[in-house]
Amino acid sequence: MVDVFSDIDRDTALKGNPSGYAITELAAENERIITLTADLSNVLAEFRKAFPERYIELGIAETNSVSLASGLASCGFLPYIFSMAPFGVLKTAEQLRTDADYNHLPVRLVGRLSGLAMGYFGTSHYAVEDIAIARTMANTTVVAPADPNGVLALMRATADLEGPVYIRIAEATHSVYDAVPEFSHGQWLRLREGTDITLAAHGMGVGLAVGAAKVLADEHGISADVYDAAYLKPFDEAAIVDSASRTGAVLTIEDHLEIGGLGSIVAETVGRHKLTVDLRQVALPDKDLEVGVPAELYEYYGLTVNGVVAKALDLVKE
Amino acid sequence: MVDVTLERGRPVTDVELVRRADWIRLRTVDLIAQAGLGHYSSTFSCAEIVATLYYHVLRLRPGEPDWPDRDRFLLGKGHVATGLWPVLADLGYYPADWLKQFGKVGSPLNDHPNMRLARGIDFSSGSLGHNLSVGTGMALAARLSGRDYRTFVLTGDGELQEGQVWEAAMAAGHYQLGNLVAIVDANGFSGSGPTSQAMNIEPLAERFTAFGWLVHEIPGHDVRALRKVFGELLPGTGSTQPVCVIARTRKGHGVDMMEKQPQAWHLGLLSPEQQADVVAEITARMELAAGSPQ
Repeated sequence: MVDVFSDIDRDTALKGNPSGYAITELAAENERIITLTADLSNVLAEFRKAFPERYIELGIAETNSVSLASGLASCGFLPYIFSMAPFGVLKTAEQLRTDADYNHLPVRLVGRLSGLAMGYFGTSHYAVEDIAIARTMANTTVVAPADPNGVLALMRATADLEGPVYIRIAEATHSVYDAVPEFSHGQWLRLREGTDITLAAHGMGVGLAVGAAKVLADEHGISADVYDAAYLKPFDEAAIVDSASRTGAVLTIEDHLEIGGLGSIVAETVGRHKLTVDLRQVALPDKDLEVGVPAELYEYYGLTVNGVVAKALDLVKE
Repeated sequence: MVDVTLERGRPVTDVELVRRADWIRLRTVDLIAQAGLGHYSSTFSCAEIVATLYYHVLRLRPGEPDWPDRDRFLLGKGHVATGLWPVLADLGYYPADWLKQFGKVGSPLNDHPNMRLARGIDFSSGSLGHNLSVGTGMALAARLSGRDYRTFVLTGDGELQEGQVWEAAMAAGHYQLGNLVAIVDANGFSGSGPTSQAMNIEPLAERFTAFGWLVHEIPGHDVRALRKVFGELLPGTGSTQPVCVIARTRKGHGVDMMEKQPQAWHLGLLSPEQQADVVAEITARMELAAGSPQ
């Protein structure tokens, strides 16, 4: 593998800007890869240094970026659009659907700053409906990595897919993987085996689930079955059915609205399989959201280890 | 057949192009009658443009629709695909039999073009305002891959009210894409009335010029003017400016009753009696053209 960060410590680059690191690594192996940004060039500083001719800046014009990328993809290129998640997915939903998804084109959207990551800026900058929108697109793959090694794993795993891919990048992650994990398409990774409750999470929620599982075991004697639900489309139906059948209780954790995200995926699945399961969500409510610095917002909405533990205890006690 | 290339600038007379445009109108009338509903007047306003591009300007390989070096043509105003289907069949992209399925469930040929279903369609369209962005991507792809194909995007004038068009126009000007050509079918009407009465889009030439484009404004039913303006695009001009051809056209052109009531025939279905009159009007003109000097 080409070391494109010869003058930068790999771990530092990966931790600070995992998607920027990953795309530079991938591009060294695949010359079809082109990157585009709508005024987010800073996350591609290393890429631009390594491959200046393969970078296209499009200014603050997300809709044009997605349609233009679809034109590039139809001519054999593999375009990765780096955008702020709220604008990259919500503003361009129709372009993603009509130009990329309906035409089965390999457009990749890397959505930085998803969820409440830009909380301080106001609700205009929230991306909390993005999974609900993206997963209704028939030919699009939706992934939400748990940490920097997860980003690297999932960007590698989805690079050769024929259709569009939405890669939802969480910023406030806890380290989950010591090394780059191996994902199979559409399958979740089981991070801990348990029998009392299922904890399923994506993105920043995975670190919380892992932390909560330890507390539940150490302090409450509760054994949790923990999954990194990184694939939201396609999702791991077998894992949900298997785990929910064993535990009878599923708690989903995500920095997304309680409508349309992982919680909905699990509810739809257990319903289809006629499983009798208690469901709870750590997610954002279906109402006007508060504004604040992300760490305080996470506390407010229970997106913390303690918040997950509290909901898990409620669920198991019932 | 696979390796037969239709080269740019291939010989055709003005009379042949005029007759070809009317042939497109006649075939459009047939297909709409078969489907039960369709866009007449918008298709008629760009018939000479489509005829000139497909029978004179574009470099094509109908036996190999995905040939990487073909010139691209995007139908931004996707609702006039009915006029394109007989052209692509005539050039050999698919059997003429396909036209018999037009408008039926499961047909690859629909009211708007789908690149996954119909051979010869370089990109799907239907949602107005997207294709100039897509074409800008194709023009950038040509530059990145060192290919000399050109990308042509036909837009309606109402379509220019979409903000995304101007995002694309800005990008094409910024990247100096001399291999990109936008053709505006400026027929002056959109779905519900005169275009600039709904939202003024003029002055178009000044607007595209301000975005860094080289603008030509021509009478859009004049095949000689169309040949001339597209002839100037052939390689060797050295231009690094994207080109905008504003074709001033008439909605419903070529059928008297539609020219008088362009809006009524934006979407509709001729009665059998009306259809007979329309066919007689176009056929008589084609016969007259056949007898005129080349």
